[in-house]
Amino acid sequence: MVARGQPGALTPDGDVFHTSRQAVTDFSATLAAEMKPAPFRYVAARSLEQALALKAEHGDEARFLAGGQSLVPTMNFRLTQPAMLIDINPLKEFAGMRRNGADRLHIGALTRYRSLERDPATARELPLIGEALPHIAHPQIRNRGTIGGNLAHADPASEMPAIVLTLGGKLRAQSVRGERWIEAADFFVGALTTALAPDEMLMELELPVAQPRSGACFMELARRRGDFAIIGVACTVRLDAEGRCSEARIGLCNAGDTPVVVAAAGDCLVGTRVERPQIDEAAAIVQRSIEPGGNVHASKEYQRHIAGVLTARALACANERAGREH
Amino acid sequence: MSTDTHDITVTVNGTRYQRQVDARMLLSDFLRHDLLLAGTHVGCEHGVCGACTVIFDGAAVRSCLMFAAQADGHAITTVEGLAADGERLHPLQEAMRDCHGLQCGYCTPGVLMTMKAFLDETPRPDEAQIREALSGNLCRCTGYQHIVEAVALAAERLRS
Repeated sequence: MVARGQPGALTPDGDVFHTSRQAVTDFSATLAAEMKPAPFRYVAARSLEQALALKAEHGDEARFLAGGQSLVPTMNFRLTQPAMLIDINPLKEFAGMRRNGADRLHIGALTRYRSLERDPATARELPLIGEALPHIAHPQIRNRGTIGGNLAHADPASEMPAIVLTLGGKLRAQSVRGERWIEAADFFVGALTTALAPDEMLMELELPVAQPRSGACFMELARRRGDFAIIGVACTVRLDAEGRCSEARIGLCNAGDTPVVVAAAGDCLVGTRVERPQIDEAAAIVQRSIEPGGNVHASKEYQRHIAGVLTARALACANERAGREH
Repeated sequence: MSTDTHDITVTVNGTRYQRQVDARMLLSDFLRHDLLLAGTHVGCEHGVCGACTVIFDGAAVRSCLMFAAQADGHAITTVEGLAADGERLHPLQEAMRDCHGLQCGYCTPGVLMTMKAFLDETPRPDEAQIREALSGNLCRCTGYQHIVEAVALAAERLRS
């Protein structure tokens, strides 16, 4: 950032500029003029109607600003240069959790991770999310980051898309044209790409609540606490009255261009008492099915290996938890 | 593209400021260059290092991942607001000094603000909780050991 001719920079002769108080103030003003994100128009939404009307007018040129914890870094690098930011943080009515009947929960898109962490209902009703929350970045990020922003960002390495997909959730989108519900299986269409139309806003998601005789487990491996997962695995296991598996689902993050559920791996457990051979078979199916991309932290082969290891561990754990719920 | 500016009123360390800011002015840059509160440090500018952490409406947040315009009507505490009277250090600052919790000091303002919000919420932390709460602040000097000891000591002193 320090350019030639600025205080603290070297002159062509190698002398250091003398730094006076005035020079520091001038330098600060210069730095302030060199702001990192490209120019954009900022609108703090006063109502949902206004936010949706602006999005309908500007389409892909406009982005909704929720927590900003994924969007703003990309703007600071100028990888993203929206012409307009529609700040939806003032629309506080779209935050919070509410029960819908005996077995469904709705989470508003503006719900911040920290409020999910603080709500005892999260661990009780949505144990998969409760277990994944500490893995999601760091406390400061979770203080701002929202569940809707995370899902709309659709990073395949992120935890929440894989969890919502594993749980078979539904997402509600709204625009000036009306609203629609989108199945999680249809929502994540590519890396950082969702089924949302350019004029749509993600409003809330609906998830099934944990049922009796069911268990869930989330595990991930990252280089450091809070880093993106090398591989993350979400498992749910449901047992019948005899203790046999009646349903099992296994989802993964960072195992392809989108979050994935390996249906065949879950299906091979149905009707069995989940023991070592079945668990190993499911893990092997996961390893064969995924297409991890590999990166500087882990090769594709290593990701595949870890996916098998974590699948086996998470399945065994979810199965044991389901058994305890008898 | 013409510049999009916004008039904001923001309370920082108990003082109300009225300023005009560009839409794209980051909160971190606003604090440092506009309010000349340069105690908030800027490291990575993409939310990884934690040096720019401030307390926004009671919660520790990355000021490099917010825009100044978003702070309109909100209250912020920076490291300059930590010592209540400007004479005596905050117990966290005292404990950091007593335990050698800093060397170069670059990460320290972010560490202090993160730990302030953490201890407000968790007055009796165990070591694992302290390490978890510190996980979003990078320090390249200390190896964290002395920071963890300082936070534990500060928690003890704040309770008594």
